[in-house]
Amino acid sequence: MNVQKMIAPHIAAVPPSGIRKYFDLINEMKDAISLGIGEPDFVTPYSIREEGVYSLEKGYTHYSSNAGFIELRQEICNYMKRRFNLIYMPESEVLVTVGGSEAIDLAIRTLVSPGDEVIIPEPSFVAYKGCTLFAGAVPVPVKLKAENNFRLKREDLEKAVTDKTKILIIAYPNNPTGAIMEYEDYAEIVDFLADKDIMIISDELYAELTYSGKHVSIANFEEMKDRTIVVNGMSKAFAMTGWRIGFACGNRYIIEQMKKVHQYAIMCAPTTAQYAAIEALKNGDDEVSAMVGEYNRRRRLVLEGFRKIGFDCFEPLGAFYVFPDIRITGLSSDEFCERLLMEEKVLMVPGTAFGECGEGFVRATYATSTEKLIEAIKRTERFVSRCKK
Amino acid sequence: MDNEILHILSKNSRLTNEQIAVMIGKKEEEVAKAIKEMEDKNIILGYPALIDWEKTDNDIVSAYIEVKVTPQRDKGFDDVAERIYQFPQVKSCSLMSGSFDLFVVVEGKSMKDVALFVAEKLATIDSVLSTSTHFVLKKYKDKGVIFNQNGKDTREAVVL
Repeated sequence: MNVQKMIAPHIAAVPPSGIRKYFDLINEMKDAISLGIGEPDFVTPYSIREEGVYSLEKGYTHYSSNAGFIELRQEICNYMKRRFNLIYMPESEVLVTVGGSEAIDLAIRTLVSPGDEVIIPEPSFVAYKGCTLFAGAVPVPVKLKAENNFRLKREDLEKAVTDKTKILIIAYPNNPTGAIMEYEDYAEIVDFLADKDIMIISDELYAELTYSGKHVSIANFEEMKDRTIVVNGMSKAFAMTGWRIGFACGNRYIIEQMKKVHQYAIMCAPTTAQYAAIEALKNGDDEVSAMVGEYNRRRRLVLEGFRKIGFDCFEPLGAFYVFPDIRITGLSSDEFCERLLMEEKVLMVPGTAFGECGEGFVRATYATSTEKLIEAIKRTERFVSRCKK
Repeated sequence: MDNEILHILSKNSRLTNEQIAVMIGKKEEEVAKAIKEMEDKNIILGYPALIDWEKTDNDIVSAYIEVKVTPQRDKGFDDVAERIYQFPQVKSCSLMSGSFDLFVVVEGKSMKDVALFVAEKLATIDSVLSTSTHFVLKKYKDKGVIFNQNGKDTREAVVL
């Protein structure tokens, strides 16, 4: 039997990520600086880790209810209200998942039938497209423009909507661009969506990492709340990536169906991590704000550094990414990243990894120590001045 | 702004004014002026590096010493504290609540060196009633910095 032929075509057809080759290269390099990884460099705050350890010492090693411990769901609701002014019922409108990624997968699978269209503004996090294809639905990319600071505009959305559109995915603060959306930006989209049967999946994992004003969710609009599934989690804000705790909040009927998928595929999110997450949400606000302050200082440093090099670089106001336009070098994104890595041992990720429209851009993560960032900028400057000659 | 500058300097005092200015979104001159003012007001007292001497070939022995003293009329503990902290061997000197009065950190080249200092200089000061010396065997953390961290980036390459 040819085992490869047994793989479902719609799974096999999804290409593996193009970033892998760089990771393989950097693993063999000494003194390389990676601005490639999309996760905090901070270790989870000690009091949170300690709570996880304590739960193990006590022998709390059983399943939780499928939706997650009710105490955690209550803390999630307190947190969502406290930080984002969003009100949900812990018993019926919250589902604890294995990272935000699982919540996104569940939401898409719960909503689409084969052939339905999912609008994905690009450049974007790589999982939306994959999950859409795995569910048999059709991803419809919408190109976000640098001149709009990579915000989603009504006119761009209008062109993409058809009678098959089922979901619009919104992800701000954005990976990979660092863009945010403000209240007025959402208002014009909300206006357009008002009479359409389109569900929203709003990926807000980077909500805490907003450096200008307060984070706004599309669910803050009363008319959108019921048809928006807000996805958030512990990974980015609390530096808890490896714990794998995310959550989805939304309409009870949708959450109920998502829970069914979750229950058969996953059972429940890891409980050690759930105990740690309770502590994080209860007492972690100060730690979060200290980390956000640190990211903000690095953000300004990298932005200024890139602009001095000569890159056209819009000011990212969220997440921990800078997304400069590198076309002054005359190189493609891919060439730029490969040569920068080989010649100066600095890893950035080509914009094309996040959609075709990322050509001409690269993503640099500033979740790395100030000293390394300063060195990485120095090396990049050296590289760019060689390219320009 | 001052607090933010102090926060940055307390972690890394080798950054330039320009770099600090960029990090907090201010002008270089503003940062230079603020730092100068804080130096003048003795808020910023110096820019020492935090060194793990054990990893070098310098022999340094530290001891924490509890000192009981008789306070003096009108002057309290200040005069005797001054007599103690003037010695270059004394790296730190604080007035404490509790069962003793002054907490003194002394550094020397050897245990004998420190012991002699305590016996000959510290214990012989008039108002000093008694001393209790504790030698440091190993430092795990100082000024918020954990010694012996491997500092390696343990994040694995993931696609996201």
